[in-house]
Amino acid sequence: MIKSKFSWANLYLIFIFVLLYVPILYLIFYSFNQAGTMNEFTGFTTEHYEALAGDTRLIRIALDTFRVALVSSLLATVIGTLGAIGIFFVRQRRTQSTILGLNNVLLVSPDVIIGASFLLLFTMAGFRLGFYSVLFSHIAFSIPIVVLMVLPKLQEMNTNMITAAKDLGANNWQVLKSVIIPSIKPGILAGYFMAFTYSIDDFAVTFFVTGNGFATLSVEIYSRARQGISLEINALSTILFIVALGLVSGYYFVQQQQRNRKRKLTDVDPTNHQKAVTP
Amino acid sequence: MTSKQNKWLFFPYFIWIGLFVFIPIGLLIYQSFIGLNGTFTISNFVTYFTSTTYLKMTAQSFLYAFIITLITLCISYPTAYFLTQTRRKDLWMLLLILPTWINVLLKAYAFIGLLSQQGSVNSFFDWIGVGRQQLLFTNASFLLVATYIEIPFMLLPIYNAIEEIHPSVIHASRDLGANTWETFKNVIFPLSLSGVRSGIQVVFIPSLSLFMLTRLIGGNRVITLGTAIEQHFLVTQNWGMGSTIGIVLIVLMILTMVLTSGRKKGVRKL
Repeated sequence: MIKSKFSWANLYLIFIFVLLYVPILYLIFYSFNQAGTMNEFTGFTTEHYEALAGDTRLIRIALDTFRVALVSSLLATVIGTLGAIGIFFVRQRRTQSTILGLNNVLLVSPDVIIGASFLLLFTMAGFRLGFYSVLFSHIAFSIPIVVLMVLPKLQEMNTNMITAAKDLGANNWQVLKSVIIPSIKPGILAGYFMAFTYSIDDFAVTFFVTGNGFATLSVEIYSRARQGISLEINALSTILFIVALGLVSGYYFVQQQQRNRKRKLTDVDPTNHQKAVTP
Repeated sequence: MTSKQNKWLFFPYFIWIGLFVFIPIGLLIYQSFIGLNGTFTISNFVTYFTSTTYLKMTAQSFLYAFIITLITLCISYPTAYFLTQTRRKDLWMLLLILPTWINVLLKAYAFIGLLSQQGSVNSFFDWIGVGRQQLLFTNASFLLVATYIEIPFMLLPIYNAIEEIHPSVIHASRDLGANTWETFKNVIFPLSLSGVRSGIQVVFIPSLSLFMLTRLIGGNRVITLGTAIEQHFLVTQNWGMGSTIGIVLIVLMILTMVLTSGRKKGVRKL
């Protein structure tokens, strides 16, 4: 009885799994199609990849996208991590939850609202739309993500360590550098990864603040997809899929390693009472 | 840690809150009171609430978001529940949320290929004898693709909520004689409702504001609040009206969050 029920469950899971992957694999499959359409597979070719390699406009846009993602996620990580530390050390509970509420405004707002209000901000300030407006917008919507990733690690942190460090004569900078940052490192890394992927994937906000001269991959794919099928986009999606796979596995590898290291650390942790009492 | 030296470190963060949280929302509210001729007026709101076109659009957008959320929930809940029963659940979960790491535009683009007049789905229909249909640029295709994109976002919070349930609660239920269904109905489902609520939040609010899918897949047959805002800002350049719709969207968003927030019950923390 139980056995047959379980196989139904597995069947359902496999069905959902296939459903989620069919469109992606479909794109990748037809990127090798000689016919140049996504309907009939007439023969294997890599010509669309060659076309992609020769498309200087698209390559420039891809590089721009990565540049924006790298810089914005880095700056967002720095500002967000320091912000999270600031929030953590706020004494009053009410102030803390108010700041957290403000922090979450950009996380829950629909992309369209963020995009439109940023567009208003940039035009009212007389800021030219282009690379920098996109960069600043990406930093802005990445910061709350970093804060959310770092804050739980701060709450897990052993605050006695800070007191101990101060007792031993460390100044604030040393406390930050040698005690706080090392213990929240996994959170910072996770925040950086999330900010990076949010930046790469963003379409709506970028679409509003990008102006004429500058485009990211999402915006470019949108304008090309409106014109119809071009297998160059398929080839591009294969590459982006591999990049995403790499990022995800890299992220999980790093997390796994952190977890293992933590386990090793707790084995020799002098504050571990069992060990301390029975040497 | 609250000495003056450290205050400087947090300075950029508070600048950010001011510059990118307070000011943009303030500007949006301000702009919603600016008419087409640049004067301060409430005419945008008057136009919005007296025009049947705008009200119908809002109702339609709401309805679509509701349907998308409902279908996603119906598909995701069993998936999340079955996932927690499998042995290698972490790996499965990773595989199921991996598609969210693929650019949404590419997923939409894939559906253009799948659903087009000569596309694979139509070839299949032809082959089984149904004949080719108009699939792309219909309301159904919009619902299909929107649901497809939102499934992992619904899946994740529900999965986490079910995972959080302490196993001893389930053991206790079984010990007291409940069968699988009774345990599910009286123990697991009520305890997983917090996940369902946050799932509804993360799906419903973006569904109200989808604007690129409405054009690429819906062929502009479906106008959501998001499409309307985008059109007003980037096409007709009527920023005042766009901001007004934006304010309506924010109000709807806050309403959704209030309705789905619910009190956290003490049972959850074990």
